[in-house]
Amino acid sequence: MTRRDFLGIALAVALLALVPLVVTANTVLNFLTLALIVALAAQGWNILGGFGGQFSFGHAAFFGTGAYATAILQTRLGVNAWAGFALGIAMGGLAGWVIGTLSFRSGLRGSYFALVTLAFAEVLRILANAAEVTGGAAGLLIRLDVRASNFQFTSRAAFFWVALALVGFALALTRAIERSRFGARLVAIRENEEAAQALGIDSIKVKLAAIALSGAVTAAAGCLYAQHFLFIDANIAYGTWISVEALLAPIIGGAGTTFGPLLGALALHGLGEAAKLFAGRVPGIDLALFGCVLVAAVAFAPDGLLGLARRTRARLARAEA
Amino acid sequence: MYSPAIVAEAVVNGLLTGSVYALVALGLTLVYGVLHIINFAHGALLSCAMFAVWAAHAGLGVDPYLAILPLTPLFFGLGYGLQRFVIGPASHGSDSNILLVTLGLSIAIENALLAAFRSDTRTLSTDYGFQSVEIGPLLVSKPRLIGFAAALAATLVLWLGLSRTDTGKAIRAVAKEKLGARLVGIDVEHVYAVTFGLGCACLAVAAGLLMPTFYVNPRVGNAFVLVAFTIVVLGGMGSIPGALVGALFVGVVESLSGLYFGDSLGQLGIFLIFILVLLARPTGLFGAKA
Amino acid sequence: MLVVDRVGKRFGGLVALSEVSLDVEPGSIVGLIGPNGAGKTTLFAIVAGFLAPTAGRVLFEGRDVTAAPPHERARLGIARTFQIVQPFAGLTVVENIAVGAHLRHARRAEALARAAEVARRVGLGAELDKPASALTVAGRKRLELARALATEPKLLLLDEVLAGLNPSEIRDMVPVIRAIRDEGVTVVMIEHVMQAVMDLCQRVCVLSQGRLIAEGAPAAVCAAPAVIEAYLGHGAADRFREGARA
Repeated sequence: MTRRDFLGIALAVALLALVPLVVTANTVLNFLTLALIVALAAQGWNILGGFGGQFSFGHAAFFGTGAYATAILQTRLGVNAWAGFALGIAMGGLAGWVIGTLSFRSGLRGSYFALVTLAFAEVLRILANAAEVTGGAAGLLIRLDVRASNFQFTSRAAFFWVALALVGFALALTRAIERSRFGARLVAIRENEEAAQALGIDSIKVKLAAIALSGAVTAAAGCLYAQHFLFIDANIAYGTWISVEALLAPIIGGAGTTFGPLLGALALHGLGEAAKLFAGRVPGIDLALFGCVLVAAVAFAPDGLLGLARRTRARLARAEA
Repeated sequence: MYSPAIVAEAVVNGLLTGSVYALVALGLTLVYGVLHIINFAHGALLSCAMFAVWAAHAGLGVDPYLAILPLTPLFFGLGYGLQRFVIGPASHGSDSNILLVTLGLSIAIENALLAAFRSDTRTLSTDYGFQSVEIGPLLVSKPRLIGFAAALAATLVLWLGLSRTDTGKAIRAVAKEKLGARLVGIDVEHVYAVTFGLGCACLAVAAGLLMPTFYVNPRVGNAFVLVAFTIVVLGGMGSIPGALVGALFVGVVESLSGLYFGDSLGQLGIFLIFILVLLARPTGLFGAKA
Repeated sequence: MLVVDRVGKRFGGLVALSEVSLDVEPGSIVGLIGPNGAGKTTLFAIVAGFLAPTAGRVLFEGRDVTAAPPHERARLGIARTFQIVQPFAGLTVVENIAVGAHLRHARRAEALARAAEVARRVGLGAELDKPASALTVAGRKRLELARALATEPKLLLLDEVLAGLNPSEIRDMVPVIRAIRDEGVTVVMIEHVMQAVMDLCQRVCVLSQGRLIAEGAPAAVCAAPAVIEAYLGHGAADRFREGARA
């Protein structure tokens, strides 16, 4: 791993960090922060789905676990918000490991794996909606207590920068994976699991590591959401919306790439806002559009925006030659 | 704890619900058995069908059972078109792509319904909606009894169609051996589309049978389809008798868990069974190899 | 090095292998031949760990590996190629081979360097950055071989690595395989290309309908009546003898 690998990431993060200095409208900052939170969740998905080829349709399971973990720790046990954040991430990783152990050791792949992840997310949602500790259907409110030590900030820009820092960290993590033996093995499993096994790769162990990492990163997004909005309920934390967006963003941006999820999340949310502008505040318009975009992406740009860019560049290079 | 009469009633109710679940599950298992894809859009399509029945009643005063007549061919056509012109071409044959395309369709349809009808739950009322029939010591809802009979009849029709007609044979041929079927001149793309169409047609019938006693909102199909997934996985991917038996079983389990554990956790029992079956035997109790 | 001890395999009612026993000496090239459907690839799958035998054991360097999963056997030193080539289609040639090299080298740069070396040995040196999906059939066979070699195996199982190659490509591959043996790797090869079998193998085992029907030096085995009959049918051996006399 060279310093050059991380230069691109540092540049991108630095550029984005300038945004709150230029844009001061709170609505825009909120919008961008949410996009970054989704990007972070998507980066988690990307590790398992993009690099590992195991498509999870229930990443809400990790998002919600992170969100509820930090919320419950703060509201019911008085734990410090930053500690709650760290613990939430750990819980997400654990959830990943548990779901992975159950699914991968039973040999579930492809559609079956997607189905079981969907079921796990739904089970958690039903439980969270009914249980007392999670506030049941009413949800959980984190007490407003604006102090940096409490992970709550007065300025929207501060949240933006925290989210950006986490996204930047996830970008670096993804790049590190991409250039490592773990990453090479993960990708080999995606391409052909049997051939990978024949080359000495313990595919279950590798997939478990991937899902644990994936769960941890997506849980971080959940924790961030909880801190930013200070309210979660079962449909927000474990709802299909985040399972969908965490999957859609990498597919649109380019699954299995470092920048894909970030690009995809920004594109998707931009598209969603544009849709709302044209069609008014009709609920569901943005997601309906996302569904169509997913179909179109698979049909015309299966390797996402980055793949499209790569192919166009190659075509232009050939045309010049 | 509960008197035998109450438990018996729960069981009977479970069977009645199960029969309609069977119709929903049939579409899913048929599509899997022939196209070897898990149609994630099945739930959204059911919501669509149920809204269609509701709209026909609210707008034109059409009785839900009668609405089945025009809606079945309509949804057959919709399903045919979706497979032939959207799912088939978009996926370029790759399994993971098909997964994503049906997911995309599911999101698009569900949210389009949300945009059009908002999230309010709607019901329709008919004269016979609350009528009941006495069977021995039990009081059974009349429309649900009709639903039971009609669902079984529809299953039988589908089963006969698949075993006796030429199209049915073509469908079974493609399910068994796609390349061989193509080599003997069967238009596989057409068969795929017909199968998908049949799956959607089943949904139209199920919607008409459900609406007199049920409600509809854009998310309702999801609840049904996750149950349908459980049934298909339990009864076997691609097995029609499996879907029927599984559906009746799941209907009874759901009814009894609702009785003993309360409504909010009733669905939980089903998902847990779902996860357990997936982990233990993904091909189900009757199904072919995955 | 490799001992296959009375291995049997049934799939439901179908008996794919029955009482197959083999002994492979280290440093040799052993050929495994037989008509289609004889069970050769099934035997490879059992030795490599992808299938469990219904009877018998597999011993590698004295150790019972019958229950060991494929990745563990690879770590112990058993590598195999697949009859239907399985490249990592989305990766380049060198990235493909590096996956194998990573078994023994943790660092990426090292693995890539070793992969490039192995690629040059099998003749893929000029195509390192080409996507695997863009290779010809011969190229993919070499890639398959290179990937297995990169794991630095002690035993290499080659499943029809010459199938689908034209005569000049075969002529190019044979010395590569010999060179592999010369470096100390034991090779067992399933082959239908008889010329290569005669050229390379010190010993040949013949499988027919799940049973080992002959074993020995290539020339002797190929002339054995039982072997001729296995390929050409009942009575063929006699017809040959009569034809030779006439």
